[in-house]
Amino acid sequence: MAKVKSLAELKAMREKLQSNLDLREKSDNPDSMVQIKVAMATCGIAAGAKQVMEHMMEKADELKLSIVFTQTGCMGYCHAEPTIEVKCPGKDPIVFGHVDNKRADEILTKYVMNNELVEGIIPVNYEKI
Amino acid sequence: MTKIKTHVLCCGGTGCKASASDEIIATFERLLKEKGLQDEVQVIRTGCFGFCEKGPIVKMLPDNTFYTQVKPEDVEKIINEHIIKGRKVTDLLYLDPENKQHVADSKHMGFYKKQLRIALRNCGFINPEDIDEYISRGGYEAIAKVLGEMTPQQVIDEITKSGLRGRGGAGFPTGVKWGLCAKNQADQKYVICNADEGDPGAFMDRSIMEGDPNSIIEAMAICGYAIGATKGLVYIRAEYPLAIHRLQVAIAQAREYGLLGDDILGSGFNFDIELRYGAGAFVCGEETALIHSMEGKRGEPTLKPPFPAVSGYMAKPSNVNNVETFANIPIIITKGADWFASIGSEKSKGTKVFALAGQINNVGLIEVPMGTTLRDIIYEIGGGIKGGRKFKAVQTGGPSGGCLTEKHLDTAIDYDSLMAAGSMMGSGGMVVMDDTSCMVAIAKFYLEFTCEESCGKCSPCRIGNKRMLEILNKITEGNGTMDDLQELRNLAAVIKDTALCGLGQTSPNPVLSTLDNFWDEYVEHVVDKKCRAGVCKKLMNYVIDKDKCIGCGKCAKNCPAEAISKTNYIAEGHKLPSMEIDTTKCIKCGACMSGCKFDAISVK
Repeated sequence: MAKVKSLAELKAMREKLQSNLDLREKSDNPDSMVQIKVAMATCGIAAGAKQVMEHMMEKADELKLSIVFTQTGCMGYCHAEPTIEVKCPGKDPIVFGHVDNKRADEILTKYVMNNELVEGIIPVNYEKI
Repeated sequence: MTKIKTHVLCCGGTGCKASASDEIIATFERLLKEKGLQDEVQVIRTGCFGFCEKGPIVKMLPDNTFYTQVKPEDVEKIINEHIIKGRKVTDLLYLDPENKQHVADSKHMGFYKKQLRIALRNCGFINPEDIDEYISRGGYEAIAKVLGEMTPQQVIDEITKSGLRGRGGAGFPTGVKWGLCAKNQADQKYVICNADEGDPGAFMDRSIMEGDPNSIIEAMAICGYAIGATKGLVYIRAEYPLAIHRLQVAIAQAREYGLLGDDILGSGFNFDIELRYGAGAFVCGEETALIHSMEGKRGEPTLKPPFPAVSGYMAKPSNVNNVETFANIPIIITKGADWFASIGSEKSKGTKVFALAGQINNVGLIEVPMGTTLRDIIYEIGGGIKGGRKFKAVQTGGPSGGCLTEKHLDTAIDYDSLMAAGSMMGSGGMVVMDDTSCMVAIAKFYLEFTCEESCGKCSPCRIGNKRMLEILNKITEGNGTMDDLQELRNLAAVIKDTALCGLGQTSPNPVLSTLDNFWDEYVEHVVDKKCRAGVCKKLMNYVIDKDKCIGCGKCAKNCPAEAISKTNYIAEGHKLPSMEIDTTKCIKCGACMSGCKFDAISVK
């Protein structure tokens, strides 16, 4: 293994390694971050939620967005799978339905980055306790 | 490419390891592979989470779900439900004892709410056997900063300014200690880490070494730079095999990266660390005895001065700090002395790790800011007394400390307030006792420990403590006199004044503090020949309540001394005559009481 020769090298190393721990660091303080929950029940997985989630995670890295991705159970919108819930800090969560890769990109670039709403919003029809 | 979506943190501390956490990790890895999820889920063996009472702990990220008392057979359920379907496994969640509701997120658990983790910052978060994880949390940047930007004197000044005091117990300012050693010129100096944790019930240092060994290595190198030493030695008990293993792994990895060895980070500074194993003698936690033991001599203390800073290991200037003290160093350097000094109380800065033990609901490892009250620690974090019993006392500081009572509950604890209350900080053992504990017996327990561990070099400790123990034995057997109580105080005063080392000088503390705080109980033992907690067997009498006894005779069958016989009395509503105990024959074994289904037998 190569020896670390300077502070700059150490910092570069940290930069490179950090992504491995990213998930843990983020979950330490989730409320200050954009949280995206992907409904990952049978219907969601069948509709391609897994691929969409992976796509979004990669896209988020690409855009350098710090987002906590969580898988959840069925949200009840089986008619509109894959569904995701996006919660930006200090705002009410919004549920988007029929999320494919294209819509996922829109949600990230428009809603998360610029607070612009995009199509596919499902009105929340229940309250959570 | 698949991405890791879930991290499974599984506790690999000694406590959880003992309850099959290795098997849990292996099961996770096997099942994840079977289900083709090995690229999506990462399983990490971490250090101690602190909540040992409910171990083994498995924490799921990113949603911060905290599973308690997980068994290997639960793993499949966690994978199927939590990982695949995104549903929490409710029956493995922590149950809040107050409102009987499941708590998923550890942040909302009473145990974690009041804690602030500085020394334990990486414990239960990173894999201690992977230096990369330490580096990605900013590890080794403190030593880099020190080597690149600071002079040794600046490092010492920074540590002094932070107000960090020795976490081994006495609370000597760390920066001052470093300064004393730095002043002395020599061809070789040593940085020594005191990992000889010996207080009964204490496991703070062990957990730090098991959970975050790299922080100790980094801190020792920083200390080496500050005082001008190129050699570091860790004196660790051989009975800490896991801590030893993790330190060895961390040292090897640090060497590979060039973070230990010659020319660290291209600065020209050389530093390396070796381990020295102790045989587990309590007195070797005293720094001069520790040094002698490392030199291969008998582990006996010598008079100070000369202090180790002048003539320590191999007669060279040496600086000895405790594990927890070292664990605070890197973060003080990176975050600054002012940040550290803003935490804690006026004269005690930062946080303190305590090992909570005894009759308390949440046994475990906690870290709180200095100045937290005992009430917060016992009732908020500790979850109160087991079985809803009454709080009686809390013992801090181990065999050198004392017992604090209800009137001290609202004391903000720091070095000075504990000292004023007749106890001491010690290394951080905290044993909580309820009303089933006899304070005379507790004092006796600690004194027995001291007598066993006394090295025997000086007579006040060797003979004085023995005499004190004899008196305590006399009292617990019902033969004590009021003069004995005075004699205890006299002996204690002499031992305190004349013993050679810290062990001897503080050994009477458990007796003195119980005499001060529980005088009534001593008097009861001496005058009334009674032990209210029912602990001192010789003072107890088993009694059968003749109205509760249905005369089944089970107690008589259980009695090995044939001390129980029938009476002529038949209680109303009963068919058989009640039993009675002949106290002259009774050997007080308690077999009758534990066998009685009708709660008819009690101790008076």
